[in-house]
Amino acid sequence: MNFSEVFKQSNQLCKVSPDGKYLATCVQYRLVVRDISTLQILQLYTCLDQVSHMEWSSDSLFILCAMYKRGLVQVWSLEQPDWHCKIDEGSIGLVSSRWSPDGRHILNTTEFHLRITVWSLCTKAVSYIKYPKACQKGIDFSTDGSYMALAERRDCKDCISIFVCDDWHLLRHFETETQDLAGLEWSPNGCVLAVWDSCLEYKVLLYSLDGRLLSTYSAYEWSLGVKSVSWSPSSQFLAIGSYDEKVRILNHITWKKIVQFEHPAVIENTKATVYKEVEKRPAEVRDEFSLHNVTMDSTLFSTQSKYEICSLPVQIPAVKPDPDRANPKIGVSVLAFSSDSRYLATKNDNMPTAIWVWDMQKMSLEAVLEHTLSVRCFLWDPCRPRLALCTGNSKLYLWSPGGCVSVQVPVEGDFQVQSLKWHCNGDSVILLGKEQLCLCYMDTEQEEKLNS
Amino acid sequence: MGEWRVTNASMDPESSRISHVTISPSRHHHVAAYALPLSKQSYSVISAFCTEDNVLQCISYLNQELASLGLSMCLEDRSPEGTSLNAVPALNAMYELLQIHKRTMCTLEKMEEEQLKQSSTLEHLQISNSRLKDQLELSKRENSGLHETERQLQLKIKTLQSCLKTEKEEVQKLQSIISSRASQYSHDAKRKEREALKLKERLSQLLVDRKDKKIAIDVLNCLGRSDGKRSVWRTAKLVASHESDMYKTLLSDYETSQKALIMENAELKKVLQQMKKEMIHILTPRHQPASGAAADDSQEQVELDEERDTSREALDQSCEHAREQLLNSIRQQWRKLRNHVVKLDQASHMQNQMEPNKEMIPLETHEDEMARMRQEVQQCKEFIQTQQQLLLQQLNTSFDDETAVFLNGCYTLEEKERLKEEWKLFEEQKRNFEKERRNFTEAAIRLGREKMAFEEDRAAWLKNQFLNSTPFTDRRRCSSSDGQSALSIRSEPEIRMSSVKAKRSKSPIYSTFSTPKPSRTSLVPSTAELYRALRLLSDSRDSSKHSNRGQWQESSTTEDQHPHVKSSIQAHTGEMSIFTFDDHSVT
Repeated sequence: MNFSEVFKQSNQLCKVSPDGKYLATCVQYRLVVRDISTLQILQLYTCLDQVSHMEWSSDSLFILCAMYKRGLVQVWSLEQPDWHCKIDEGSIGLVSSRWSPDGRHILNTTEFHLRITVWSLCTKAVSYIKYPKACQKGIDFSTDGSYMALAERRDCKDCISIFVCDDWHLLRHFETETQDLAGLEWSPNGCVLAVWDSCLEYKVLLYSLDGRLLSTYSAYEWSLGVKSVSWSPSSQFLAIGSYDEKVRILNHITWKKIVQFEHPAVIENTKATVYKEVEKRPAEVRDEFSLHNVTMDSTLFSTQSKYEICSLPVQIPAVKPDPDRANPKIGVSVLAFSSDSRYLATKNDNMPTAIWVWDMQKMSLEAVLEHTLSVRCFLWDPCRPRLALCTGNSKLYLWSPGGCVSVQVPVEGDFQVQSLKWHCNGDSVILLGKEQLCLCYMDTEQEEKLNS
Repeated sequence: MGEWRVTNASMDPESSRISHVTISPSRHHHVAAYALPLSKQSYSVISAFCTEDNVLQCISYLNQELASLGLSMCLEDRSPEGTSLNAVPALNAMYELLQIHKRTMCTLEKMEEEQLKQSSTLEHLQISNSRLKDQLELSKRENSGLHETERQLQLKIKTLQSCLKTEKEEVQKLQSIISSRASQYSHDAKRKEREALKLKERLSQLLVDRKDKKIAIDVLNCLGRSDGKRSVWRTAKLVASHESDMYKTLLSDYETSQKALIMENAELKKVLQQMKKEMIHILTPRHQPASGAAADDSQEQVELDEERDTSREALDQSCEHAREQLLNSIRQQWRKLRNHVVKLDQASHMQNQMEPNKEMIPLETHEDEMARMRQEVQQCKEFIQTQQQLLLQQLNTSFDDETAVFLNGCYTLEEKERLKEEWKLFEEQKRNFEKERRNFTEAAIRLGREKMAFEEDRAAWLKNQFLNSTPFTDRRRCSSSDGQSALSIRSEPEIRMSSVKAKRSKSPIYSTFSTPKPSRTSLVPSTAELYRALRLLSDSRDSSKHSNRGQWQESSTTEDQHPHVKSSIQAHTGEMSIFTFDDHSVT
């Protein structure tokens, strides 16, 4: 495993182009585009203000930089550095900006969710979509980029509009049976739309592309409901994480629950492996380093840690949430399927230090990773069943079916990994600190070792 | 009453005298006056009472006193020389007085005793009384306490009930409040939302109306579409094409899912068919050996065959037609299999239950088997005896050598044939046994093992016997056969032991041991050898013993896979040699 040198970044704005060739980072008001292999600067653009959002177009030709405070969007071309585009939303404000899947339109959401403005870079044409709903995930494009589902609120009723992204033709418009729609998500095959209600009610609705209600699922009533929803890449499973600390898996044929994954505080009677991060004392570290004759300033003084396999039963430290506060820190908030749909990783908010990995073939718990700090971010390798995660310290943690490792990021100074991003071929991970970033290259040997 | 008793008890020291007084109340003062002096200073007072001078007075006084006491007052002897003490009546009076005194003393004692008793009982009663009083007091207090607590509890209940009522009311109130609030909230929310919507609309209107110059796009030059095509005019055709596109994607999705389902279905069907086949396979051979055993089994067999036919047909048919049949047949078979499994389970369960009293159940079969075995052994013994008799007869009638040899040959041939017959019979029996044994449960199998061991023993013995009985095995024959017969009768526990030992060894022993070949007897011994064997044993006893043992060991070592058998046989040989000795010393 190798690490690159450290680069500056701000606002955690750092993205790899969809084709995997370039790395764009924002440093204050500058946009830097590097070659991912050499890490040499290819282009440098200067924006009008500090960039608050940055996004690659799907064809990796353009980069969108949004400055929400100024209501401005600037688009840069990689091929033609002279080419420029500036979109000013004016006094109506800007809260969100994104590319359309074709990379020729920009969708800007105005303040107060008054409307969504669709700017065409081909014709300079502008079109408005009224009544967008301000919610957790009110807009979603299908994977092939041909359809967009948009949650709307009209006459105190939730409805969904499905647009054809090609020419923004309204394909379908239908009301939903939700009290307060919280989010929607296309299945990866683009034929089913999962819609879920706000946390006050456990309700998941499944609509077909043509607006037919396929199924409704509700696990329970009178208690805080859905917290997160995720499709498996195969579209076969719909995982629903809820406030009752459980994940329910629905199948794609009957839309009924197949299995329910619980997150108990005490793990027992399971075949799962429980990895616990154990911090080693610095003294031992020094010994070890003197033995190995390695001199690294940063790692010498920071505590080393490693995973140890715990014997069952294991108590997972759990935080008791404050019942009087809104949005209590309890329940499954993040769900992520591995790229091959084989594994599901979950995080239960009242056990912030633990990540649970479930085997979707055996429908059982595969592993639990317990850390000393609470997990900030975890992502699956886009190509392999390999999970990378960080806990806000200077370590990168990796899990694969073969085992589990923690790697100290050998960077001078204080580098705390706040979040991470995989390169699309899965060969490297971008580690984002507070103001810095660093690339971590996975070597195949390491991986083999991990798997064996 | 109590008080009187108390006062009486307080005068305890005097009580004896008082009680005495109560008997004769009229003489109270007198007796009291006498009693005191009488008890203590009898002599001095008497001396003081009567002197030389006042004898007469004394007499008269005593006379008077005696009269008053109701005794004969004839102390005075009115003689001319004056009244003098008449000795006889005086003595009588004295005696009477003494008697009275004794009696009074007696009664006094009794009274005292009684008094003591009564006082003690009184005391006891008083104590118990006081104790009871205390108890009463205590219970009264307790009672009052309990009453108090009861009252308090009732009060509490009342307050709690009232509390409950108020709580209930409150809950109801709160519920109504909540519901009203909820409705109000939703109403308000809707109102607010509408207001917000209005505001938004107004805002957007205002922003649009102001013709905000700032809202603009500034592009250097327009880009081409990502697909390189030109944009198309919005027409009805385009709308239709969108619709058709959507349906196409939906259709393709459904097609793919259908394909996947078909694939899965096919796989499942394959599995089902395989399962069915295997089920048939499992179910059929089970019934074939037991075809003669049970009627319903055979019936089932028939059913199964039918089913197999139908299912085969079903498999050939298209799935839609066959589905029901297939499912039905599978279900039936599954049911059968399940029943069978359940039966097996029950059987095993029963077995498990039987385990503790293992000794009990198989005893009947065991004994049965044993009886049969014994019978067989008996038969064999008889057979051997006849053989022996014949041999002896042959030897006693001193034929010349040739005829002897000839006869011997005849006998052996006859014997051979008989043995063959016997063996055939035996084999048949054995087969029957094996069949039966197969049907037995585990207990029976155990028994079978025992039997096997027994048989093995017997076979070995028979073999040996057979070998010995043939004339060419010269002098050993008689002795060993005799010894063996004696042994087989006497050492049954040992046989059992050996059978137990053999149980542990493998079953194949049985087959290897059970086929002693009669062809071994084909060699014809000479008469001289026979003579030596039977009559001249005494001179070569020792050597025979040794050789005998050697022979046995040799035979046992040939089957060196079965050490248990060997040891048992060796044990037998030891005993056998002793028997042979005895036998011949008698003859």
